[in-house]
Amino acid sequence: MAYELSMRIWRGDRDGGDLTDYSVEVEEGEVVLDAIHRVQATQAGDMAVRWNCKAGKCGSCSAEVNGRPRLMCMTRLSDFEPTETITVTPMRAFPVVRDLVTDVSYNYEKARELPSFAPGPPDADGKRRMMQPDVERGQEFRKCIECFLCQDTCHVVRDHDENKPAFAGPRFFLRFAELDMHPLDTHDRRSLAQGAAGLGMCNITKCCTEVCPEGIHITDNAIIPMKERVADRKYDPLVWLGNKIGRRDTRTEP
Amino acid sequence: MSTSDYERHAYDVVVIGAGGAGLRAAIAANDAGARTAIVCKSLLGKAHTVMAEGGIAAAMGNVWSDDGWQVHFRDTMRGGKMLNNWRMAQLHAQEAPGRVLELEEWGALFDRTPEGLISQRDFGGHRFARLAHVGDRTGLEMIRTLQQHAVALGIDVFMECTITDLLKDARAGDGADGAISGAFGYWRESGRFIVFESPTVVLATGGIGKSYQVTSNSWEYTGDGHALALRAGASLINMEFVQFHPTGMVWPPSVKGILVTESVRGDGGVLRNSEGTRFMFDYIPEYFKAETADSEAEADRWYTDKSNNRRPPELLPRDEVARAINSEIKAGRGSPHGGVFLDIASRRDAAYVRKRLPSMYHQFKELADVDITAEAMEVGPTCHYVMGGVEVDAESAASIVPGLYAAGEVAGGMHGSNRLGGNSLSDLLVFGRRAGLNAAYHAQRIEGQRPAVDDDAVRVAADHAVAPFTEAAADRGDENPYTLQRELQDSMQELVGIIRTDEELSQAQKRLDELERRGQHLAVEGHRQYNPGWHLALDLPNMLLVSRCIAVAARERTESRGGHTREDFPATDDHWGTINLALTLDDQGNVVLNRQPLPQLPEDLQPLFDKG
Repeated sequence: MAYELSMRIWRGDRDGGDLTDYSVEVEEGEVVLDAIHRVQATQAGDMAVRWNCKAGKCGSCSAEVNGRPRLMCMTRLSDFEPTETITVTPMRAFPVVRDLVTDVSYNYEKARELPSFAPGPPDADGKRRMMQPDVERGQEFRKCIECFLCQDTCHVVRDHDENKPAFAGPRFFLRFAELDMHPLDTHDRRSLAQGAAGLGMCNITKCCTEVCPEGIHITDNAIIPMKERVADRKYDPLVWLGNKIGRRDTRTEP
Repeated sequence: MSTSDYERHAYDVVVIGAGGAGLRAAIAANDAGARTAIVCKSLLGKAHTVMAEGGIAAAMGNVWSDDGWQVHFRDTMRGGKMLNNWRMAQLHAQEAPGRVLELEEWGALFDRTPEGLISQRDFGGHRFARLAHVGDRTGLEMIRTLQQHAVALGIDVFMECTITDLLKDARAGDGADGAISGAFGYWRESGRFIVFESPTVVLATGGIGKSYQVTSNSWEYTGDGHALALRAGASLINMEFVQFHPTGMVWPPSVKGILVTESVRGDGGVLRNSEGTRFMFDYIPEYFKAETADSEAEADRWYTDKSNNRRPPELLPRDEVARAINSEIKAGRGSPHGGVFLDIASRRDAAYVRKRLPSMYHQFKELADVDITAEAMEVGPTCHYVMGGVEVDAESAASIVPGLYAAGEVAGGMHGSNRLGGNSLSDLLVFGRRAGLNAAYHAQRIEGQRPAVDDDAVRVAADHAVAPFTEAAADRGDENPYTLQRELQDSMQELVGIIRTDEELSQAQKRLDELERRGQHLAVEGHRQYNPGWHLALDLPNMLLVSRCIAVAARERTESRGGHTREDFPATDDHWGTINLALTLDDQGNVVLNRQPLPQLPEDLQPLFDKG
């Protein structure tokens, strides 16, 4: 059942590059990453590609397959016609390092800017109790494998490097929402999400949700509720009055 | 370029590896006041821990109040066929609950009991349901929690940076001789060299699975830490014990070897052969007879009533289940793609399966077109874990080399001849913390008399690292690292696999001789910037060395025990039950094997093993 697959793979570095044609033997039941690995082992030993688990769990092998942000390990060759040429390019939103490897440090910088988890005191017996339905909201977001495909596809930064300093991106809105909904957390990160992280720049086109390999409802379950909570805070007249006369929200900004 | 031009950093503690053990070690070292760095081959958060599925074993007693450290300790020792370092197993059982609760303090969201406490699930070899879990993606939760906590603490992380050599103090005499003085490596992105000056190094590099053809392990698992330790003068123990997880995917080829969590069986799944027989009842060993159900009815009752029923044989320790599956396949009762059937569809309703095993559902649906709520999975053994590793002091995780520590899979002793499922994640936390703390204390103790980095050693390390390019340029080398790796994997799979014989092991050593010889002439194309061919050429000597250790120790141990099965010596031999095989390197770089006595279980713990 083996056949020759035609591939076009972007080869190059920071100074530029080009699509290079390869023909590689593949078998039934293989994925794009298998084909890439075979090219690497037999034709291009120095071709740069990131990967780890090869099972959709680590989020390392992100790239664009025929222009679409995908995990290469989860993209089956059977989704394409055997005669179709498969084109693989690096993620467009991040600077290329070499070949299919991009510089994703933007994401690690944004992670550092986010105030971490801050729990309140435990119960009187020293234990912590949370109910299953309450943890499930956050658990959905913690399925995130940090493949950064949502960041790659987000039009706020995809072709707009200039927005990056002010915009944390869907992956980190997810993190804001996760902490905000964590039953034990005490920080209020709403104005930070709106201000420094640029939540307001998102106009909910749902592109991030569409490419998420974990099927997380990024827009509906994380971004929109966060936007609503920010709005509550900003426009609730009682909160406004409370702030004016010096009463504080019981939760304090970091 | 002079070695003083290399990028240099000074730290108190350098942790190699950013999985569960490395991150936990770094957090502990940082908490103890040490200037700490984490160095890892991949991006932060991608380490192999992320693949762990089922849970973290810890006797918290949230589901079964009869559970306690003594029961967990006993299960661990019996699972390892009593070859464990008893003190490590004891510390592990005692400290695991605290380490899990700590994760909750740092933001982890575990599944809950109806009372709101951390829920615990059943797993093979564990008397009680004791695995703290998040569906079947517990490793992801653990690594993310530790990663986010380490970031919040501001610990320096050197991502995509590979350590190729440990540096040692070259000054003669004055007691500092031979102590760790730092580490040498390269940035994967640029190929530039980097030197760490540090009186302590914590190895947390994980395992060796990439030396096998069918494995659940990622490209990183090339035995770096094992090899670095050996070359620095440390000893390895238990290297003959390699765990083949009973249930890896067998089809399609893209996922051959990928893990199918033991939770499938813990949550009610059973194994069947092509005749539909629940064959595990035919493979209950004498050693576990008293605690294993002998009828399907009793086994099925056990899930809800553990007091009056015994455990299903599908939940025997992994070595037993892997051997049974292997036998069924060999006897011609396998599934179409060379595995056996793992069936939860006929045992639990679809909603339950999707809730408890979401990743498995997703993995089979997306990659194999199998709906596990409606049909059986095909599974077979896959190389998953090495019990063997750096010989360490149980309390401090220190190796015999001053300043060198090891924790997690790269350390040996804790799991004896076979590791129980769930005991790895807890091992990472318990001994990661101990290694980090003790490395920090060590750095503090020798403050003012730190070993110095030897420039000659740095120069040798640098020359060694660029050898594949000079070989290629001089036309001496023509060996493709990818081809050599493939041949190594084939040899280990075929000759040092689940079932071993003296004949095959001796053949394996000859093949390794040949591969090592060819490994001298690896050549790579291109330049030093993000060049996977070059990276593999530098990882390969580690894989070869570790494979050699496994083959040598496996040939020496003429009995069957845990993750080491000899067809020519099928019985477990009490005499061998008191012996550890320790491996070191001599001056010429040859592997030297020594028999040494296993630390004896103290009398006060003996009664735990007297009752059936």
